Amino acid sequence: MPATIRFAPYDVGRWFVWATTAVMFAVLPLIFTKGFAITLLSQMGIMIVFALSYNMLFGQGGMLSFGHAVYSGLGAFFAIHALNWAGAGKIWLPVSLVPLVGGVFGALFGVLFGYVTTKKAGTPFAMITLGIGEMVFAASLMFPGFFGGEGGVSGNRVIGDPLLGVSFGPGIEVYYLIAVWCFGCMVAMFAFAQTPLGRISNAVRDNPERAEFIGYSAQRVRFLVLIVAAFFAGISGGLSAINFEIVTAENVSALRSGGVLLATFIGGAMFFFGPVLGAVIFVFFVVALSEYTKAWQFYLGVFFVLMVMYAPGGVASLVLINLRVMKYRLFARLRDPYAGVLLSALVLLVGVAMVVEMSYHLTLGASTGSTLKLFGFGVDSAAPEVWLLASGIVVAGALSFDAMRRYFAREWEAVQADIEEKIRREAGL
Amino acid sequence: MRYRKALAGFSIAVLWALASPHAVAQSGTVRIAWVDPQSGMMAAVGQNALRSWQHAVDAANQGKWGGNVRFELVPFDNKLSPQETLTVLKSVVDRDIRYVALGLGTSTALALSDAVAKHNQRNPGKEIVFVNYAAVDPSMTNEKCDFWHFRIDINSDMKMEALTTFMAGRPEIRKVYLINQDYAFGHSVERGAEEYLKKKRPDIAIVGKDRHPLAQVRDFAPYVAKIKASGADTIITGNWGSDLALLVKAARDAGLTAGFYTYYAGTTGTPTAIGAAGEGKVRQVSYWNPSDPVPEGAKCIEGFERKYKDDYAILASYTAMKLLSEAMKKAKSTDAKQVAFALEGLKVQSLNGEVEMRASDHQLQQPVFISSWQKVDGKTVRYGQENTGYGWRTEARLDAYVASQPTSCDMKRPAK
Amino acid sequence: MEFVVISLLNGISYGLLLFMLASGFTLIFSMMGVLNFAHASFYMLGAYFGYQISTWLGFWPALFVAPLLVGAAGALVERYGLRRVHKSGHVPELLFTFGLSYIIVELVQIVWGRAAVPYQVPPELQGPLFTVFTTTFPAYRAFMMLIAVLMLVAIWLMLTRTRIGLVIQASLTHPGMAEALGHNVPRVYMLTFGGGTALAGLAGVIGGNAYVTEPSMAALVGAIIFVVTVVGGMGSLAGAFVASLLIGLMQTFAIGLDWSPVGLLGRLGIEITPETFLYALWSLKLSQVAPVLPYLLLVMILVFRPRGLMGTREG
Repeated sequence: MPATIRFAPYDVGRWFVWATTAVMFAVLPLIFTKGFAITLLSQMGIMIVFALSYNMLFGQGGMLSFGHAVYSGLGAFFAIHALNWAGAGKIWLPVSLVPLVGGVFGALFGVLFGYVTTKKAGTPFAMITLGIGEMVFAASLMFPGFFGGEGGVSGNRVIGDPLLGVSFGPGIEVYYLIAVWCFGCMVAMFAFAQTPLGRISNAVRDNPERAEFIGYSAQRVRFLVLIVAAFFAGISGGLSAINFEIVTAENVSALRSGGVLLATFIGGAMFFFGPVLGAVIFVFFVVALSEYTKAWQFYLGVFFVLMVMYAPGGVASLVLINLRVMKYRLFARLRDPYAGVLLSALVLLVGVAMVVEMSYHLTLGASTGSTLKLFGFGVDSAAPEVWLLASGIVVAGALSFDAMRRYFAREWEAVQADIEEKIRREAGL
Repeated sequence: MRYRKALAGFSIAVLWALASPHAVAQSGTVRIAWVDPQSGMMAAVGQNALRSWQHAVDAANQGKWGGNVRFELVPFDNKLSPQETLTVLKSVVDRDIRYVALGLGTSTALALSDAVAKHNQRNPGKEIVFVNYAAVDPSMTNEKCDFWHFRIDINSDMKMEALTTFMAGRPEIRKVYLINQDYAFGHSVERGAEEYLKKKRPDIAIVGKDRHPLAQVRDFAPYVAKIKASGADTIITGNWGSDLALLVKAARDAGLTAGFYTYYAGTTGTPTAIGAAGEGKVRQVSYWNPSDPVPEGAKCIEGFERKYKDDYAILASYTAMKLLSEAMKKAKSTDAKQVAFALEGLKVQSLNGEVEMRASDHQLQQPVFISSWQKVDGKTVRYGQENTGYGWRTEARLDAYVASQPTSCDMKRPAK
Repeated sequence: MEFVVISLLNGISYGLLLFMLASGFTLIFSMMGVLNFAHASFYMLGAYFGYQISTWLGFWPALFVAPLLVGAAGALVERYGLRRVHKSGHVPELLFTFGLSYIIVELVQIVWGRAAVPYQVPPELQGPLFTVFTTTFPAYRAFMMLIAVLMLVAIWLMLTRTRIGLVIQASLTHPGMAEALGHNVPRVYMLTFGGGTALAGLAGVIGGNAYVTEPSMAALVGAIIFVVTVVGGMGSLAGAFVASLLIGLMQTFAIGLDWSPVGLLGRLGIEITPETFLYALWSLKLSQVAPVLPYLLLVMILVFRPRGLMGTREG
């Protein structure tokens, strides 16, 4: 009897990708050294963990939740209290393990609320998470003893003696702590998706009835997945507590829950790395873009709606379909159409941005009169010539974009048809 | 799997834009960061506050209040979020700005005060001074006092002290109802009212107390019904924004005759919502009456109105600029630590009279006004608010010592 | 006695206002299966349009024109936005309306600024209608109640007694068959969405001047609409009516009652002091938690009776 041969080649691609990610985490703060950039990177790291945990429910489990911030927020509150106790010497807890406290309490609340919420999936689940989210938020303002009332609970992450010179005072040390936790959580959540529980949650998402036929209780699966997701959400809450040294009712607010939903969806819920991309983009919009323009919420809303309409698979799906084209070596045909579409889109964007910024400036009557800084130039928003110019750019951009779009669509269809043909040929049909 | 290259390129491109250098200020200019909401629920108030500060900074530059020192205001939007405030602080530190002004929101003020203290402790030589121009939580000048924090507004307890002194002199007040927002500030108003009324007029009965969630209630009719049922003739409330506007409207609708004593009836948006409904019924306690200013103040108000078509009510911006200018002249330096020491005990003349920055707790001592909402008549009420045709008539001007409060602050000062 | 009567009147009028808001939402959901997150934003649009038109033409023209404008906007949104997303499933539709709500708020701020606008009740409707003991009941509230009831009657009549209503009902359950019979089902969807948003706009015109018209008004009522719809039962207009009255009365009466566990236990002879564990929990008064009660009700209904009070499906 021949021995079974087991051939499991190294997945070089996967190792390469993860290694690159690790290197990037390590190297980015050395390139962008300003305090603001470091805090931005830290917030991205926290959001990545949060969004990935959310996607365990949403993309992988098919559960749309409007109250995920409850777990991260409650985890954050417990983490900061633990940090304060550690600082006062009541318990022994190194700062680097504080996120674990957040995770444990997040999971505990996952058990508590999850039992009630996971009885149903779909819309009832979404509604009930909304209700619980609102209740927890309201409760956080009613019990100032634990939640600190309006001012929240603050803490100090510089406690005890520095270990190997690391005190977590400077922002960059906090960044590296977050980076390590973020990477670890990414690996853990990726691994979870490969476990039987992870796989079965995919099955429950796709066809709960069928999953029940093969002997798995859909409710049980959802409940367990929620607990694990709440654990990781709690870790992100703990990281947030360390980063900001303050936790407020905002951490459990509907705004946070909505934000992580937006981030996950923008990135792409169907792919593991989608939420990672989405978290980066979301934090960029909310934290960085708002430094430059007052209309950032408008841009975020429009961007989100456009994604929902034209790319419901998120940025990740856009990246992947292009990679598929590259794999079949047909990308050269798309180079010109892409250039055309992107350039005309850029023109349109500049025009729209001008109009939006000037409108905002006028109706919000800022303190600097009618001039505003637009892309580095001083522009008088009350002057009709400028409006004419902006409208002109918008019209030109729109017309050219429309033409380019059609051109691109034609080429894209042709390329897709070619790919289908190649696939069929490869399959030997 | 190779899509991670795309992620790498994308992220780097995204982050590259953020690493761009920010503008460096000219030398000889002191930049003041203004950090408050420019979006969200309090955007309108924030807008008004920003304009007030810009106006004050312009006045300081024009009048050369600081001698050779020129001032520049750098606004930031903290979206009323404590965590966003901390992120903004990092940007402020990056730009090497040493003075931060914030006031709209207790949570953000507390967060900033804490963060500034930590920053100053961890970065000696790069200290930042926090000018708190409107957050009135008493703890910031008591148990949570900090050397680098200076409060320009009168705090909640001082306001209640003044208010209750005024009320004590009115025998027609017999039954008082307390209705407040259910958070730290609302609780402090409620507690203060009870405590001070008991001391000054033990015969006044508190016939009811209510706490409602912040900015969530649309329909105040049930609360008004309760107030009616209690037989109160006076209502004390710390409510602001829509909470106050809707309360007054509901009271008018239900035919409630009780008078209102408020803290914030003059803030942006509320006068419009109160309108004629509040004539003669609504009073407020504040550190200034913008409807009845001295000639110097009239110039300021009219200039502001002309330029921005808005009301100038946040005098704290003017006072703060006066204080900073004088402190810099006194210290002969713009270094934050020297200026902070110079501010302690400093007395300046502002548009509401003489004010003093008390050294023990960094709480500004200034006169307090009680005013009532009346039609503009050009004499006792010279300026209206928000084109409603109504403004504030001063009913009492109390000297600073009346409202003054003892402090539990144990100020830790750095070496000079 | 006065308190009970007044609270009853207040509760019913508040409930009817909730119903005005929720009726359009329920209609859209039951007809199209779309959870319109932007419904509260259309309510806000109605208020702002009402304000603008009433400054140009007066309140009464605004009452008719503004809802039509909002309905037109809703129809356009459906035709050019929602329809495209429809094929991707229910979740993208929901997310589309979610993003839309952000955009509408921003657009409103661009046009009308960030401060509240002075949208006033018309002078002929100001003042009290009648007096109950010593409390006056404002005429405007009665007007709001009247409009809400008329709205309910009109919708019910349209759905059950008119041809278009029958077509709508048919398109809901059997869109393929309805289309095969020659009815333009996509157009029916567009009209339904437009109609639902027009109802929200009407609620805005009426409610915007009684309550403050400002950019944050949408966020404040948004969540309550969900509660009403879910509690009443997804897809049931009558259920929404009952639920809104129930929630209106519940909240109004709860605000008026200062009961708390401390008081209750005190009457049973059990002493609770500030030192007792979880005192903050026991000292909570019913009046303090009143605004949170609807969410509690939501959670309980979803746990024990996910169909809602009168719902025909679970969503």
